[in-house]
Amino acid sequence: MKKLVLLALVLPLVAACGSDDDGSSTTLTVYAAASLTASFEEIAAEFEAEHDGVEVRLSFGGSSDLVTQIQGGAPADVFASADTANMDKLVDDDLTGADPQGFATNTLEIVVPPGNPAGITSFQDLAKPGLNLVVCAPAVPCGAASQQVAENAGVTLSPVSEEQSVTDVLAKVTSGEADAGLVYVTDVQAAGDDVEGVEFPESDSVVNTYPIAPVEDSGEADLAEEFVQFVLGDTGQGVLADFGFGSTSP
Amino acid sequence: MIPRWLYAPAAVGAAFLLLPLAAIVARVEWSEFFTLITSEASKDALWLSLRTSAMATLLCLLFGTPMAVVLARTSFPGQGVLRSLVLLPLVLPPVVGGVALLYTFGRRGLLGHELEVLGIQVAFSTTAVVLAQTFVAMPFLVVSLEGSLRTAGQRYEVVAASLGAAPTTVFRRITLPLVLPGLVSGSVLAFARALGEFGATITFAGSLQGVTRTLPLEIYQLRETDVDAAVALSLVLVVVAVLVIGFAGRQGRSLG
Amino acid sequence: MSLQLTATVDERGVEVDLEIGEGETLAILGPNGAGKSTVLAVAAGLLRPDRGRVVLEGRELTGPGTWVPPHDRRVALLAQEPLLFPHLGVLDNVAFGPRSNGASRRTSHEAARRWLGEVDAADLADRRPRQLSGGQGQRVAVARALAAEPRLLLLDEPLSALDVAVLPALRQTLKRVLAGRTTVLVTHDVLDALLLADRVVVMEDGRVAEAGPTAEVLERPRSAFAARIAGLNMVAGTWRDGAVEGIRGIASEPAPAEGDPVVAVFRPSAVSVFTSSPGGSPRNALAVTVTDLEPRGDQVRVRAGHLAADLTVQAAAELDLVPGARVVFAVKASEVAVYRR
Repeated sequence: MKKLVLLALVLPLVAACGSDDDGSSTTLTVYAAASLTASFEEIAAEFEAEHDGVEVRLSFGGSSDLVTQIQGGAPADVFASADTANMDKLVDDDLTGADPQGFATNTLEIVVPPGNPAGITSFQDLAKPGLNLVVCAPAVPCGAASQQVAENAGVTLSPVSEEQSVTDVLAKVTSGEADAGLVYVTDVQAAGDDVEGVEFPESDSVVNTYPIAPVEDSGEADLAEEFVQFVLGDTGQGVLADFGFGSTSP
Repeated sequence: MIPRWLYAPAAVGAAFLLLPLAAIVARVEWSEFFTLITSEASKDALWLSLRTSAMATLLCLLFGTPMAVVLARTSFPGQGVLRSLVLLPLVLPPVVGGVALLYTFGRRGLLGHELEVLGIQVAFSTTAVVLAQTFVAMPFLVVSLEGSLRTAGQRYEVVAASLGAAPTTVFRRITLPLVLPGLVSGSVLAFARALGEFGATITFAGSLQGVTRTLPLEIYQLRETDVDAAVALSLVLVVVAVLVIGFAGRQGRSLG
Repeated sequence: MSLQLTATVDERGVEVDLEIGEGETLAILGPNGAGKSTVLAVAAGLLRPDRGRVVLEGRELTGPGTWVPPHDRRVALLAQEPLLFPHLGVLDNVAFGPRSNGASRRTSHEAARRWLGEVDAADLADRRPRQLSGGQGQRVAVARALAAEPRLLLLDEPLSALDVAVLPALRQTLKRVLAGRTTVLVTHDVLDALLLADRVVVMEDGRVAEAGPTAEVLERPRSAFAARIAGLNMVAGTWRDGAVEGIRGIASEPAPAEGDPVVAVFRPSAVSVFTSSPGGSPRNALAVTVTDLEPRGDQVRVRAGHLAADLTVQAAAELDLVPGARVVFAVKASEVAVYRR
C-alpha cells in the first residue's frame, strides 16, 4: 500500500519531467548562445511555420555553459555556438552529428551611454586617462576579441572592470557607471535606445564566427540537419542580417 | 525521545547538504592543487576577499551594533516595520542589492552627484566591494546581536544605572561585555557572509583583478575557462568558511 | 521628611503616598500584585508615574516637568537575586559604583574592600560571581549597593530567594548596615519587617491599606494581609538570662548580649495548651487567659491576647475552652526563634 501511495506521488513528477510528446507534434531542442536570443526566436518561429507539427524548443546560455550541459547529456538536437573554441570542445568529444558550419559573423563595436558623455569617437579614445572603460574578461570570447583588436590597433587598454559577459558590460554602460564598453555590433543593436554605438575601422581585424552543428545522438537527426540548413538558408540569413550579424559568405 | 522514523528524512537532508561538499573534494585535482591556488590571480582574489570582508565586518560592527541596541532596547512607532526592512538584505536576491546600491552610490544614483563633487568614485572601486559586502552582511550582525541583547535582558543595566553609572558607562562596561558572545558570533557570521558575497559585487562593483575581483568572482570567471582552478578555489573558500564557522562556534561556547 | 513619594500609575491601578524620615527603614508588605514593585520602580526612576512627585532630601527627582534619570538619583536597588555582573570579579562588582562616580581604580578598590568587610564578605573579594552561593552573592550585592553611597536604598524582597539556613545571619547583616540609612524594603516576610523596619505600610490593590510602627500594625492588624502575616506569635522584650520575658529559644547568630532588645517568634501550631502548668517539662510555659476561639476547618485557633495556639477541634473540646478560661500555652524552646531587634 505504502509503495502504491509513493508511486502515485512520484509518477506525475516523472511524467512532468519527461517529454510531453503526444505523437501529434515533434520537438526539436536547440541550444544557442545567449547573443542569438532574439534572432533565433524569430528563426524558430519561421521554421515552425514551414514545418507542421514541429515545435522548436530554444535554450539560451553562455556557450561554454551549454557545452558543459551537452557534455553532461542534455537532450540537445542542435547547438549554435558564439565562437569556434566552444564548438571545438564538442567536436573533440565526438558529440557533433556533422561538421560545424559557420552561419554568422560578428565584430566589435564601442558602446557608450546615450549622448556619449565622454565624447568617444575612435578606438584610440578608449585609452584616455580617467575613462571608465568596461570590457569582457579575456577568458570569455568577447574579451579575447577585445584584447586582439587592441593589440592589432596598438592601443593599451586599462579597463576599470573585466566583466563575465556582454550583458554585464552593457549593464554597466546603460546604468551610466561606465563611459564606454566593448561589445559586439549585434549587442549594441539589441540594446536599442539605452546605448549608442561607435563604429571603428580596427574592428574588422577580428571577426568572430558563429558555428552551428547538429548534436550526435539526436533523436531527430534529420530534422536537426534541416534546421541547420534553414539557418544557413535565405530565411535564416535574412533574419540574422536584420539583427546586425555579418554573413560568412564573402 | 524522538520518533525513530525521523532519522530517515534527517539523513536525506544531511546528505543533501554534505554531498555537494564531498563532490567538490572528490573533483579537486590534488596533484595541481597547490599550483592552482597559488597563481597570481588566485592569491590576489583571496587577499582582496579577506581585506574587503574584514573591512565590511568592521563597518557592520560600527553601525550594526548601535542599530541592534536601538532595536532591542527602545520602542518607537514603526519599529517593527523598520526591523523588517533592515533585515531585508537577508532574503533579498543579492543581485537586487547590487542594483539598489547602484542607484544609491552610482554616478547617477541618489548620492552619486554629491560623491562626484567630493571627488569620490565608488563604482569599480574596492570601496564598492566593501559597500556591497556590508550591505548583505550587516543584517546578520544585527539579528545575532539583537537576539543576544534581548536574552541578556535589562536587569544588569538597571542595576548598573542605580549604582550611578551613566548610560555610556553602562553600555561600555555592562551591555557590551554581556553580549560579547553574540557580538563575536555576529561578526563572524557577517565576515563569512561578506566573504561569500557575489551578486551585489558583480552587479555593482565590477570585476578587476586585485581591485574588485574577489574570490567568488574569480571562481565564477575561472569556471568557464579553467574548471580545475575553479574547483580548487572553491575548496579554499569552503575551508575558510568551515574555519570561520568553527571559530564562531567555539567562541560562542567559551564566552557563553 | 527624607523621602516623599506620591504616585499614580493608571495602567497598574496604583495610587500611593509615602513619606520616610531621615535614616528610617520603611517596609512595604502586601500580596503579589499589590503594587509594591511599582512603588520601587517610581522611586528608582525606572517608571514615570502618570501623576506624582518623588522628592529625596529636598531634591525633586520626579515631578511635573522634572525627571532625573536613574543614574543621577543616588537611589540604589537591591533585588531578589544578587544580579552581580557576571563578567566582573567580586571586587570589581563592588567597586562599580565608586568607579562610575569618578573614583580612581585604586580608591574604588579600597572602598570596595571596606564595604565587603562591612558585610562580612572580605574573603570573597577575589572570587568570580559564579563561584558564590546565593547567600554570599546577596552579601556582595549589598556591599555593592552600599559602596555607591546612595541617599536611598531600595530592597526588593532581598531575602526571599535565599536558602533558609543563611537567612538569620544575612538578616543580622542587613539590620546592621541599614541602621541610619533611608531605606524602602519590600517584603513578604513579616520577620523581615519586624527586624529591619521602623514602620510598615501594607499595600492592597495598589493602595496603602494600613500604615504605622511595625509592632503596632502586626499586633493589631486591620488589613486582611496584615492579619494573615501576623499569624505568627511574637514576644518582644529584652534578652535576660538567655530568655525573652521568660521564653527560651534558638537565638540566631550573632547571639544577643544581655539586655539587647530581642523578639521571640513561634508558630501557633507549635503551641500546646494545658489547663495547668506541665511541671518538669523543658517547654516554655506561659500563663494566659483565653480571649477568643476561632474555628478554622478541623482546627481551632485559640487566641490569648496577641498570642495564638492551633488545636484540633477534639483537643479544644476536651479542654473545655471558653473565653475567660485560664490556661497555659507551652512551646518547646527548639520551636522558638529569637532575633535581635
